[in-house]
Amino acid sequence: MTFSDQFESRFAEMLSHYPTKRSVLVPTLLYAQDEVGYLSQEVIAELAQRLDLTELEVRNVISYYSMLTTKPRGKYNLQVCTNISCMLRGAEEIFDWCRQRLDIDHKGTTADGLFSLEEVECIGACSWAPAMQVNYDFHENLTVEKMDTILDEYKNRGMQ
Amino acid sequence: MAELVSHPDEVKIVSKRFGRGATGIDRYLELDGYKAVQKALGMQPDGIINEVKNSGLRGRGGAGFNTGMKWSFVPKQSPKPKYVLCNGDESEPGTCKDRLIFEHDPHAVIEGVVIAGIAVGSHTGYIYIRGEYRYLSNIMQQAIKDAYARGFLGKNIFGSGYDFDVYWHGGAGAYEVGEESALMESLEGKRGIPRIRPPFPAVVGLWGGPTVINNAETLASVPHIILGGAEWYASLGPAKNGGTRLFCLSGHLNRPGVYELPMGYNLKKMIHEVGGGIPDGQNLKAVVPGGSSTPVLSADEIDVAMDFDSMMKAGSMLGSGGVVVLDETTCMVKFALRTIKFYQHESCGWCIPCREGTDWLKKTLTRFHAGGGLKKDIDNMYYLSENMLGRTFCPLGDAAAMPTMAFIKKFRKEFEDHLEGRPCPFEKEGAVEQLPVMA
Repeated sequence: MTFSDQFESRFAEMLSHYPTKRSVLVPTLLYAQDEVGYLSQEVIAELAQRLDLTELEVRNVISYYSMLTTKPRGKYNLQVCTNISCMLRGAEEIFDWCRQRLDIDHKGTTADGLFSLEEVECIGACSWAPAMQVNYDFHENLTVEKMDTILDEYKNRGMQ
Repeated sequence: MAELVSHPDEVKIVSKRFGRGATGIDRYLELDGYKAVQKALGMQPDGIINEVKNSGLRGRGGAGFNTGMKWSFVPKQSPKPKYVLCNGDESEPGTCKDRLIFEHDPHAVIEGVVIAGIAVGSHTGYIYIRGEYRYLSNIMQQAIKDAYARGFLGKNIFGSGYDFDVYWHGGAGAYEVGEESALMESLEGKRGIPRIRPPFPAVVGLWGGPTVINNAETLASVPHIILGGAEWYASLGPAKNGGTRLFCLSGHLNRPGVYELPMGYNLKKMIHEVGGGIPDGQNLKAVVPGGSSTPVLSADEIDVAMDFDSMMKAGSMLGSGGVVVLDETTCMVKFALRTIKFYQHESCGWCIPCREGTDWLKKTLTRFHAGGGLKKDIDNMYYLSENMLGRTFCPLGDAAAMPTMAFIKKFRKEFEDHLEGRPCPFEKEGAVEQLPVMA
């Protein structure tokens, strides 16, 4: 299978950073997932072969890390933090609002494939709570009104 | 990205370059950047270690171990390469300080890593940044590239004859990986399962080589100590608690934010003056003083100095600097449940007391908050937590047990208010689905 040139140059560079090949695995899985959308059987087989690992060893690592997934997600993955600092400032309301507005539950994906939703643990935005990440972008000091605007923006972007 | 705040009581050292464009290497150099590492190159390794030791700098990740002391445990001679590993897997709930360091002052972290390397005789450093912080990983990759381009990293740094390489590394979502031995496993491309100690990482660490592991804030403090001197740094805080600390104020506050205050700053003042007090005319109920794993303090316990030793004396911990403030409308059972839900989710499952303990606590607290609890459950939860303490490879089990015990001890009445079919007194009627009482 083929990845982008950027992926390949980063991969080659990273291999030179460590005494063992295997060390590149965790960040490489995330970069591969960003390109393909999820860690498909094809991606797993490819990386296992490149790093002299068995597919089982790769899957074993994937299942440990919460950001890695072997199932496709929406184009925009809403990760709403409901941990303590966010909870105190209304994160549950934000999460419930997302569930109703998108009509999906935790780890669900909308029928058009545009959005998926996740309730996540602390993302390091405690002083700017409540907060969420949409893919890698942080959105902080959220309110339901703000959520409306943010979601519309992504929707418009996604339709283009 | 994240908003910056300030307060007149702040002593800006680690945060002095925040918001001043120091991610650019030229600007960093204008702001005294890379002076400390050049000074360190002219010092004896033991001299660097002693300077850091005497400064009273203690681990900012939470454990609070003297940094110079930690470095001194690395053997002088080693058949295997030695490593420096910067822990930027910040994920303790309530903590959001390393994020600001990486965002505004990445070169300070690089500089700290190199100085630690010179001190222990290592030639390779890794900066591990959690996967969620992708934009910070990009900033760090650029900073490292710029430092290489100037000859500050790589072969013969600053023309000194000393070689030092720094590489970035990324995680993919795991609280447990913030624990030092699990961090090494993750960097080696494995599941983040902790290693038994001894041997400690300073002797047997990454790929079997001696490894110094420090939190990002700790390493970012080091260049300032080398330039300003141990005496100056130590004098900023009380005895054995040198310097300043980035305190992440969150929860029910008028002015939440990350503030750099001297060690030993009074917690009450921090909440009511720096953080602007409690909004909406509410009263304070409790404070989690150093990230979710530290035992809660009730409102009458907050007249304490925020340093490692005073907090220990107060029955809690300074932890990672995450100060979470709870007003009177907060249900402590629900708060305990949310805390435990986190630890249950993040337990790697390796040690039984942690894996099973967090799961039972979560189940019991869930039932409790839904009115299905029995009086004996309160003591059972306490007893269960007590038996998790110290019985695991890494402190995640303790991190779940310690706050639970404090919640029960200090807010027992709130637990009793939920007993035997009574709905949660803090929730709107019908908001929590009631569960049956199990005899």
